Amino acid sequence: MNIIGHKYIFLTISGILVLISLFAIFVWGLKLGIDFTGGSLLEVEFKDQRPETAEIQKILEKSDLGNVVIQFTGERGVILRFRHVDELTHQQILKALGAGSGERGAATAEKRFNSIGPTIGRDLKQKSILALLLAVVGIVLYIAFAFRKVSKPVSSWNYGIAAILALVHDVVIPTGVFAALGHFKGVEVDTLFITALLTILGFSVHDTIVVFDRVRENLHKLKTPEPYEIMVNRSVNETIARSINTSLTVLLVLLIIMFLGGETTKFFALALIMGITFGTYSSIFVASPLLVIWQNLTKRT
Amino acid sequence: MVTQGVKKSLRPRTARILVLIFLLSGVLLGIFDAPQYWNFLVDKTVARSGWPLFSYLKIRWPILLPFRLGLDIQGGAHLVYQADLSNISTPDYTSSIEAVRDVIERRVNLFGVAEPIVQVEKSRPVFLGEARPERAAGQDWKLIVELAGVKDINTAIRLIGDTPYLEFKEERAEDERQKILEEQKKTQQVYEDPYFKSTPLTGRHLKRAQLNFDQTTFQPEISLELTDEGAKIFAELTKKNVGKQLAIYLDGAPISAPVVREEITQGKAQITGNFTPQSAKELVGRLNAGALPVPIKLIAQQTVQSSLGQESLLRSLNAGIIGFLAVTVFMIFWYRLPGIFSILALLFYTAIVLAIFKLIPVTLTVAGIAGFILSIGMAVDANILIFERIKEELRAGKVLAEAVGEGFGRAWTSIRDSNISSLITSAILYWLGTSVVQGFALTLGIGILISMFSAISVTRTLLIAVLARRFEKLRFIFLSGLSRG
Repeated sequence: MNIIGHKYIFLTISGILVLISLFAIFVWGLKLGIDFTGGSLLEVEFKDQRPETAEIQKILEKSDLGNVVIQFTGERGVILRFRHVDELTHQQILKALGAGSGERGAATAEKRFNSIGPTIGRDLKQKSILALLLAVVGIVLYIAFAFRKVSKPVSSWNYGIAAILALVHDVVIPTGVFAALGHFKGVEVDTLFITALLTILGFSVHDTIVVFDRVRENLHKLKTPEPYEIMVNRSVNETIARSINTSLTVLLVLLIIMFLGGETTKFFALALIMGITFGTYSSIFVASPLLVIWQNLTKRT
Repeated sequence: MVTQGVKKSLRPRTARILVLIFLLSGVLLGIFDAPQYWNFLVDKTVARSGWPLFSYLKIRWPILLPFRLGLDIQGGAHLVYQADLSNISTPDYTSSIEAVRDVIERRVNLFGVAEPIVQVEKSRPVFLGEARPERAAGQDWKLIVELAGVKDINTAIRLIGDTPYLEFKEERAEDERQKILEEQKKTQQVYEDPYFKSTPLTGRHLKRAQLNFDQTTFQPEISLELTDEGAKIFAELTKKNVGKQLAIYLDGAPISAPVVREEITQGKAQITGNFTPQSAKELVGRLNAGALPVPIKLIAQQTVQSSLGQESLLRSLNAGIIGFLAVTVFMIFWYRLPGIFSILALLFYTAIVLAIFKLIPVTLTVAGIAGFILSIGMAVDANILIFERIKEELRAGKVLAEAVGEGFGRAWTSIRDSNISSLITSAILYWLGTSVVQGFALTLGIGILISMFSAISVTRTLLIAVLARRFEKLRFIFLSGLSRG
C-alpha cells in the first residue's frame, strides 16, 4: 500500500480534523467539571417515588443555592449540581430532600457528595497543564535518546519532532470532540479526562515508535541504498498488521469498560478510545510521512 | 546476520520444566489472590465427599491478605482543609502545620477507621503567568484527610471541624481603638476588632487544660497549663497588661476576659465564667484533644456511600472479566496456537499483578481497576509483536526454531522502547495526580512492567517447549489470520 506516495492526502485529512478540533476548542471551549471550577455535586436515590424537577427545585429554594442543575439518573436517582456549600448547608439540603443522617431507614439515600472550593480548581488546572508539558518534553527527549544512533539521512531529533507532531494530533482531536460534546450535550471534563490525555500521549508514542523502530532496522540492514521514501514506505507496510492488532485488543477492552463499567469511567474510556484510534492512524499515516517530508526539506537546503 | 536470541537459546526440555513451574506458581498465586474461592472449594469437597481423611488434609489457604480498596469502592470521605498560617511567622510554618496534622490525626483515630490518612500538602508556587492577588501569604498549606470506610461521614466532618482554636488577646491602646472605630463608621469594611488585638500566644502553647471546682463557690473553672515557650510569652503579656483585660478567645468568640492582677511567670491561667459543669467538661476535653494551633477551613469534600461503591466495584469486575474473555477470543481466533500460549501467559500475568497489588499494597480505585484492565489489553501487545515477527521470519523461509528465536530477539527492542514511553507518562501522572489518578498510574505502570516480563519469558518458554520437529508440518497453526502456510 503506497502510503508515502499519498502522504499529502493523509496529511491533509489529519490537518482538517485538527483544524476543526481547534475551532471547537476555541469557539466552544471545554465544559469544565467541578474539579476545575469548584461547586457541588450531590447524588441521591429516592426509595419510592422520585419527585419531579419542579418539586425538587421548590424543596431546594430555601437553601439559597443559586442555579441548580437537576439530572435524573437510573430509575430513582437524581444528580444535583450547585455552588460550593459548607457542611451545615449540605446537611440542610439532605434533610429537605428527606434523607436522614446515616443510612438506615431514610426515604432518600445519599449516594455521593462532592463539594469543591474555587482555589483547588485553579491549582488543578495548573497541575494539569504542567503534567501535559512535562510528558511531551519527556517523550521527545526519550525518543531522541533512543534513536540517537540513526544519524543518516535524517537526524534523530527529527524522529522526535515527527512523533510529537503526531502526538499533538492525537491529543487535539479527542479534546475537540469533547469540546463539541460539552457544547451540545453538556459533557463535563474532569481530572480523569486529563488522565486520559496523558495516557493517550504514552500509548500513541508506543505505536509510533514501533514504526520508527522498523525504519531504523531497515536502515541498518540495507544492502543496496534505497531512497529514503521507499524504505519508509516499506517499513510502514511491514508494521501495519501489528499496529492495528495491538490497538484492536486495547480498543476491545476499552469498549467493554465504556459500556459495562461504572458511570465515572464511561467518558474516560471514550476519550481513550478516540485517542488510541487516532493514535494508530497517526502512527501509520502521519508520523512517517512527516519524516519523509522533513528529509526532503533538509535535502534541498 | 547471526541468529541469536536475546539470551542463550533455551532447550526444549528445560523449557518444558519451566512451563510446569510457571503453571504451578500461577495456580498458587491465583489462590493467594482469591483465597475465598479456594477455601470454599475445599470446604465443599470435604462436605460432599464425606471422607474423614479429607478433613485431616483440609488444606485451606491460611493467609487471607485482603485487597486494599480505595475510597470510591469502600465508601468514605476525602476532605481537604485549608490551613490559615497568616498569624504564624515564616520559620514556624512547618512545625505549626505538622502540629495541626498531629492533632487532626488524633481526632481521626477515634473514628475507628482502618487506615486513616492525614497529610500535609503545599500548593505549588504560581509560575505559569497567572496573577493571583487573592492568595495572601500563609495560604499555601493544605491538609488532606482521607477516611475510607468510615460509617458516619457527617459526624466525622463535624468532629474534625470542631477542633477548637484558642487565642489570647490583649487590650488595644486607646488611640488604636479610636482609629479603628472611626474607620468602621466610614467604610464598614474593617474587620479588625477595635477592643482587642491578637498576641503571639495561641493554642500551640497550651500544654494541658484541667477542670477544677472552686472551693468556696463550687463553680466550675478551667485551669490552663502552658508550655515553657507559652509561659514566657504569657509572663511578658501579663507584665505589660497589669490592670488591663486579657481576653481569651475560643474559635473566634471570647469566653473570658479577666483583668490581669500581676505578672504570671508559671504559665498557669484560670478561666472562670458562666460555665455549666457539662460545658466546662466538654471544653476541657476539646482543648486537650488538641487545641488547634492554626485555624482550618473545609474547602473541598468528596464523599461516597459504600452502597454506590459496591455497585462501582461489581461493574468494574464485570467489565474486567468480560474484557479478558474478549481478548482471549480474539487472540485464539487470530493467532491460533501461539494465541493460546499468549492467553496462558496473560493468566499468569494477571495472577502476578494481582498478587503484587495485594502485597505492596496498592489501593484499588475504580480508575485503578480500569488501569489494570487497560494493561491487560496492552499486555497482549508484546505478544502480538513477537508473533508478527515470527510470521515474517517464517515467510522469509526460516526454520521454525530459528524463526521463534529471531522473532523474540528483534521484537525486544521495540517492546522495550514503546513501553518506556507509557511508563514515563505513568510516572508523571503519579507524581502530579490526586489519589484517584495515582491509583490509575500505579496500576497501569505495574501492569506494563509485569507485562514486559511475562510476554518475554512466559510466552517464549511456552513456544520453545512446544518446539519439536513434528510441529514443523503444522506451521499452519503458527501462522495467523486467514493466511495459509
